[in-house]
Amino acid sequence: MDFQLSEDQRDLRSGVREFCEGRFDRERMRALVDTAPVPGMVDRALWRELAETGFFSLRIAEEAGGVGLGVAEAALVYEEAGRVLLPGPLVATHLAASLPGRLGEEAAAGDVVVGLIEGDSWPLLVEHLDALDCLLVLTDEGIRRVDPASVRGRLVAHPVDPFTPVTAVDELPGGEVVADVRVAEEWRRVGAVLTAALQLGIAGRLTELATQYAKEREQFGRVIGGFQAVKHLCADMLVRTEIARAAVYAAAVTLDDPAVGDAEVAVLTAKVMGDDAATRNGKDATQVYGGMGFTWEVDVHLYVKRSWVHATQFGAAEENEAALASTL
Amino acid sequence: MDLRYTEAEEGFRAELRAWLDQAIPLLPPKPDRNDWPGRRAYDTAWQRLLFDAGYAGLHWSVEAGGKGATPTEHLIFLEETERAGAPYVGANFVGLLHAGPTIDAAGTDEQRRRYLPGILRGDDVWCQGFSEPGAGSDLASLRTRAVRDGDDYVVNGSKIWTSHAEVADYCEMLVRTDPDAPKHRGITWLIVPMDTPGITIRPLETVMGTSEFAEVFFDDVRVPVANRVGEENDGWRVTMVTLSFERGTAFVSEVVACQRLLRELAALAKKVTRRQATAWDDVALRRELGHLTAEFEALWALTKWNVSEAQRSGVPGVGGSVFKLRFSETKQKVYELAHRLLGRAALAVDDVAGLPGATLMDERLSSLSYTIAAGTSQIQRNIVGERILGLPKER
Ligand SMILES: Cc1cc2nc3c(=O)[nH]c(=O)nc-3n(C[C@H](O)[C@H](O)[C@H](O)COP(=O)(O)OP(=O)(O)OC[C@H]3O[C@@H](n4cnc5c(N)ncnc54)[C@H](O)[C@@H]3O)c2cc1C
Repeated sequence: MDFQLSEDQRDLRSGVREFCEGRFDRERMRALVDTAPVPGMVDRALWRELAETGFFSLRIAEEAGGVGLGVAEAALVYEEAGRVLLPGPLVATHLAASLPGRLGEEAAAGDVVVGLIEGDSWPLLVEHLDALDCLLVLTDEGIRRVDPASVRGRLVAHPVDPFTPVTAVDELPGGEVVADVRVAEEWRRVGAVLTAALQLGIAGRLTELATQYAKEREQFGRVIGGFQAVKHLCADMLVRTEIARAAVYAAAVTLDDPAVGDAEVAVLTAKVMGDDAATRNGKDATQVYGGMGFTWEVDVHLYVKRSWVHATQFGAAEENEAALASTL
Repeated sequence: MDLRYTEAEEGFRAELRAWLDQAIPLLPPKPDRNDWPGRRAYDTAWQRLLFDAGYAGLHWSVEAGGKGATPTEHLIFLEETERAGAPYVGANFVGLLHAGPTIDAAGTDEQRRRYLPGILRGDDVWCQGFSEPGAGSDLASLRTRAVRDGDDYVVNGSKIWTSHAEVADYCEMLVRTDPDAPKHRGITWLIVPMDTPGITIRPLETVMGTSEFAEVFFDDVRVPVANRVGEENDGWRVTMVTLSFERGTAFVSEVVACQRLLRELAALAKKVTRRQATAWDDVALRRELGHLTAEFEALWALTKWNVSEAQRSGVPGVGGSVFKLRFSETKQKVYELAHRLLGRAALAVDDVAGLPGATLMDERLSSLSYTIAAGTSQIQRNIVGERILGLPKER
């Protein structure tokens, strides 16, 4: 057993961090939301760059033109994406890249933006519809492919996360089945772990932001991080992040090597702990920032809002916790 | 990242399992929870069995008489013994996990020869005399005095919360040897035989009505200078060395036990009823159980993470406080839930109506101490905030 990052995994992580901080730095992130929004909030040029870096082809075999890595590596990459708030249906397009044929190839290459929605829930809100080339629907019978242009709905005027436009849909068109139940099941698991990795990135970044602010902001003649009430909020944020990290990495490794544990329990745990860390760290980071935390200018709210989006994807806490109980 | 055990590790596990299979059924019945001599005998007999089978001091160095096992092997040992229902380390705790490793690291050859074998064989039980009435979280402010007189130190003062003091043979003890030095610099680490004249033990009654810890008074107790471990006034550093033996394995047994407990609570929830419905029918309660399942699954993953880190680097990571904080608070929540599940049966620390109130309510009461003993949750948060996040220190 060696449950620590390997040399290669460390390099991968620092490479991706460098890429993210270089190509989607704070300025570009804020420009997208404040001054130069794009349709569906997916920047096509950036999407291709992400593809070139391997965001979508990471788990495709090398013979098929992919990177040939596992869920463990993908989790490290998506954690970095969470840290910088990369927008767009990253997980959906990553999953679509594993489909055989043209759609898979185009998704892997970043030529298409693929969305994903769970078809068996209501209300139905499709994310990034205006940017989508293809919408996939997860159902109990498998995965169906729907033409986004045929989806009738109302674009929501005020999406909670400015990076995640949503369209309220009454009913989804039928579409053609592109993968069976087994694949759908696999996607639910990998999707949950990668989404949990995004939450982990958010939780970690929020801990850093709050801690940094707590070291700078002074009141009563001292930095607020010296006050125990603030210090303990920051400590709790770190603890949540580290617990979530262990859960997310363990689930990813278990999907790559199912012999090492119970994949169902590991995946549900990763999502529950990832959601918990990101959403609760969002609340605590806002508190540490005081009035500044309630402003549009400070980034904290953008992380809070994104964590709320992810918390609804691939099973919310209600379902996941109940599902875990039924494994007892 | 690899969660697969190596062939050697699996081999170690298989051998251990085979031994446990035949050793566990031969154990005597568990003593009464307040029968401390009985508990000492039970715990030390188990240690002797481990010794005879070659499992004593697994994580100790070979020079100290241990096996020099890796952190991962130690994890496997703790996991398997817990799953097999083996006794806990119990009265052997201080000797095996504190005093022994400290003497190995900071003691003289003579001290190693004299004290270590007795710990490994289960002959000697140790207690820890660190806390004092005036020195708990602020341990370094301790005031029990030791004054040099020829070849002896003369010790005066008192210790408190000393677990197993009544049944211990030796005490690992921190005393003040220089009252004028800054508080961390005037402390010395001593080995004190508990039968030395001048020691008075007054058992303290816990919230459970048991007496697992005591107040210990020292009146002109003469302790040979030869019993000093490390230099005079260097006791704080010696104590910190002890802490550095933690390899991420401190809570392995307890995490495994909590995972089993959650399954037992699920079964209990299906049994107890309120207004015709079982507790299990309540989705809020199931969610709570599900959330705790996630917590312990994550803590188990974090255990493996910390153990692997220790295995790679040879030194413990900063993860100990992170783990202790979350684990103790979460385990407390499990017993809060057990308490609510028992409903009115929780009015008895006894089995009523076939429900396991005796163990659950006893541990429910005990759980109040998880966030106090071995560094309170507030102190752990200070450590995480200051040592990991780099926030300004208190004062
Ligand atoms: C079951 C049990 C077994 C024990 N066994 C042993 C043993 O064998 N040997 C031994 O030496 N000791 C033992 N202890 C003692 C234990 O280590 C102390 O109880 C612990 O360190 C806390 O000290 P205290 O009880 O004096 O509480 P205090 O330090 O007085 O704390 C009281 C409260 O104040 C808070 N507080 C204190 N300082 C701060 C601060 N700086 N910031 C914020 N909050 C603060 C604490 O968190 C706590 O809530 C045991 C304790 C228990 C409960």
